[in-house]
Amino acid sequence: MNDTVGTNGLIFNEPLLWEKGAPGRTGFSMPRRDVEPAALDETLAGDGPDFPDLSEVDVVRHYVRLSQWNFSVDSGMYPLGSCTMKYNPKTNERQASLPGFAGAHPLLPEELAQGALQLMFELQEYLARITGMDAVSLQPAAGAHGELTGMLILHAHHAKQGRPRSKILIPDTAHGTNPASASLCGFHSVAIRSNEKGVLDPAVVAEAMDEDTAGIMVTNPNTLGLFEENIREVAEIVHGKGGLVYADGANMNAVMGVVNMADSGVDVLHLNLHKTFSTPHGGGGPGAGPVCVTRELEPYLPIPRVALGEDGRYRFSEDHPDSVGKMHAFHGNFGILVRAYSYIRSMGGHLKKASQLAVLNANYIKEKLKGTYHLPYDRPCMHECVFTDKNQQAHKISTLDIAKRLMEYGFHPPTIYFPLVVHGAIMIEPTETECKADVDRFVEAMKAIAEEARTQPDLLTEAPRIPKVRRLDEVTAARKPCLSG
Amino acid sequence: MRYLPHTEQEIAEMLQAVGAEHLNDLFSTIPDSCCTLQQLDLPDPLTEWELNEHMSGLAASMAVAPEAKVFLGAGSYDHYTPAAAVQLLSRGEFVTAYTPYQPEVSQGTLQAIYEYQTLVTRLLGMDVANASMYDGASALAEALLMAVRVTRRKKVAVSEAVHPLYRRVVNTYFHPTEFEVVEVPYGKDGRTDLSRIGSLEEMAAVAVQSPNFFGCIEDLQAVSERVHTDAKTLFIVGFTEPLAYGLLKSPGGHGADIACGEGQSLGIPRSFGGPGLGMFAAKMTYVRQMPGRLIGQTMDKDGRRAFVLTLATREQHIRREKATSNICSNQGLCATASAIYMASLGGTGIRGLARLNYDKAEYLKTAFHDAGLAVAFGSPTFNEFVIRFPEGSEQTYRRLLEKNIVAGLPLVRYYPNLKDHYLLCVTETASKEDMDTLVREVAS
Repeated sequence: MNDTVGTNGLIFNEPLLWEKGAPGRTGFSMPRRDVEPAALDETLAGDGPDFPDLSEVDVVRHYVRLSQWNFSVDSGMYPLGSCTMKYNPKTNERQASLPGFAGAHPLLPEELAQGALQLMFELQEYLARITGMDAVSLQPAAGAHGELTGMLILHAHHAKQGRPRSKILIPDTAHGTNPASASLCGFHSVAIRSNEKGVLDPAVVAEAMDEDTAGIMVTNPNTLGLFEENIREVAEIVHGKGGLVYADGANMNAVMGVVNMADSGVDVLHLNLHKTFSTPHGGGGPGAGPVCVTRELEPYLPIPRVALGEDGRYRFSEDHPDSVGKMHAFHGNFGILVRAYSYIRSMGGHLKKASQLAVLNANYIKEKLKGTYHLPYDRPCMHECVFTDKNQQAHKISTLDIAKRLMEYGFHPPTIYFPLVVHGAIMIEPTETECKADVDRFVEAMKAIAEEARTQPDLLTEAPRIPKVRRLDEVTAARKPCLSG
Repeated sequence: MRYLPHTEQEIAEMLQAVGAEHLNDLFSTIPDSCCTLQQLDLPDPLTEWELNEHMSGLAASMAVAPEAKVFLGAGSYDHYTPAAAVQLLSRGEFVTAYTPYQPEVSQGTLQAIYEYQTLVTRLLGMDVANASMYDGASALAEALLMAVRVTRRKKVAVSEAVHPLYRRVVNTYFHPTEFEVVEVPYGKDGRTDLSRIGSLEEMAAVAVQSPNFFGCIEDLQAVSERVHTDAKTLFIVGFTEPLAYGLLKSPGGHGADIACGEGQSLGIPRSFGGPGLGMFAAKMTYVRQMPGRLIGQTMDKDGRRAFVLTLATREQHIRREKATSNICSNQGLCATASAIYMASLGGTGIRGLARLNYDKAEYLKTAFHDAGLAVAFGSPTFNEFVIRFPEGSEQTYRRLLEKNIVAGLPLVRYYPNLKDHYLLCVTETASKEDMDTLVREVAS
């Protein structure tokens, strides 16, 4: 591995914040006082928090050093399956930090907030056109929040029909958030097996679907990276019993401009703007999880909704008595909406090309690696492909070892041990923003690691040695939690 | 297109490698009936220059400082963030990383959030804080659901002086469940009326906010004592302005079981209400019932200190439908922003800044009083307070809007009995001159 991207460099040690500094230092320019101190009821006053006093230089070096211990999309290829770690355009950050957006108070009178309202209104419209759905709410703050909104809509719809239902069908390839979101609405999850091709079997769905079942939650494309080709039949079965089809759109990056979700039978869909629409993941958020619905379900969308009046003015409308209510204190993660809007305006019709290239990159990796790693479902994939460690098990090498060794080649590992239906899964999503040369380099690294597994397994089981720290004792972390210093 | 790196030749080579002729052939597993027939109906792509112009135009229509004088708080506050903090937060290594599932290459995020958790416990006087929730409203809803899990009781009480929009979110979360939310009225002093709490026998939790929606500092000691007369009922303290705890005695110091709220005021731009920061902290006894991610300290195999996501058995990806919450993505970057901000202030700085905020608001409150306007509630306040404007206040409010002054928040929209009442907010960013102008305009 002489010419790999990953290499040794000077990595700084850095203590915890409260292990540095000295009382009396500050990193803050206190505003000049232009009013007199006022009387304060001393019984209300506390001692003040025990924070360290640090200089501006202390703070800057601290966080610069910490940042250098992170792998990020800006550093290299991050092929984390189902997470769509595409490049996050820098111009989007510029737009979100415009003083008119970043400094805007959420409860400004509407006439003083027309730009933000217009942006939200247009983004709703664009997302509707991209998905084929009829109406959109931008309020949910993340994918799981969008799922919860979707489940609340299912709940509200059945309640309105006067027939509350207690169950929900969830395929075994679903994200873990799906059952957790459903149970918040009191739905009991019924697991649905996928068939030998890795997709839903309409006969299995028909057997489970009944008139006490609210609907089905389908991730499409699913977490095996496969398009649920029977989605129309499945939707007909579910609709036939009065149920609704909820689609988890976390993997929408595969099918922009290709699939019309409403035509495929979907009633409710959530999107992850921090996946498909290029907004950054921020080390775990903030994201945004808009919810798209058919015309029939529009009355249940969260309030307030953004509307365009006949006078050409944008406004918030609250008058939707069947709405599930409010999901967020204000209007959702507006700053993330600005970034996604900027991305869509920069891409326009190129969004379809983005999906095509994302699918091309994934199929290319699948073809290049399928002789080396075990491919449980050898079919054309969408934006991601799933391998396993079956071929490496003879050398006592696991998916975890492969992932850790990959770091030393300068790549973030793929998603591992998910989906659960595949033993030892290695789920690779390159995204469209990786060029062929980088994809080739990744393929070469994966092949070299497979060879090392045969000839020098210690290189894998002892990996990683290069990063700031080596493998961690996660068992002790959970048994004797130390959650603050 | 600059985000799509493939050349036509590379596309041709890659198509050949996968055995396809055309990019469209890659989608052969999708039935025709699911396919989009038309081209994407979106505006033509903008160049970066055109985008800048378009976005600057939209942003220019917004009323923001310094041109507009906005005396609005109500859960979103204008504080100055040091340039160093803004620049540190824009580092791509923080911004473009995923959730730290691979700890060896994510120690930056992990240590930053571990430090955030620690600073939050110290600010709120609690044992343990999580890695963040979406916002103050969902944090409160999750806190109430957690209390239901801990106590196995079915009712929760929430003060009417809790942010009305937070209460609406709580109602959304509780609506499909079998659990009931009851509201506790506020008294003439603007504080929660303890005499109206009622029987605690079936109550999982009582939640108040301090400083509350009216800016009033609740008597947390008295509420705590009242709530803890029942051994099981949990005492939840919410907040929208955590800077107050640079000055005031912490929720933990008053015996709170859970403290949760919005952390936007700690170095996060208002951004029309989001992304903000749901802060969530509890007593250690309840850690296994907490929602959200937790970061813990451990060692690597060479014995070096290191940090890792932990206690994941509470979470949705392991526990699925039995998880303590469905939350996955949180507000990680906002948590990092607030940690950088708190570190920049330091212990001395946060106390000084909180005191300056208190003094500014007291100045404005006194100025209104001296101008003959009624301060609606007599309790001590932090940063914001309620003023009763003279009759015909709508016209005054509109007249000021035309002068680019937003004279607070009309409360009648949220509390129909509070006609002519306005919630006004000032922070360290409001000058004496602007405050004097406001009083003169409202009183005239």
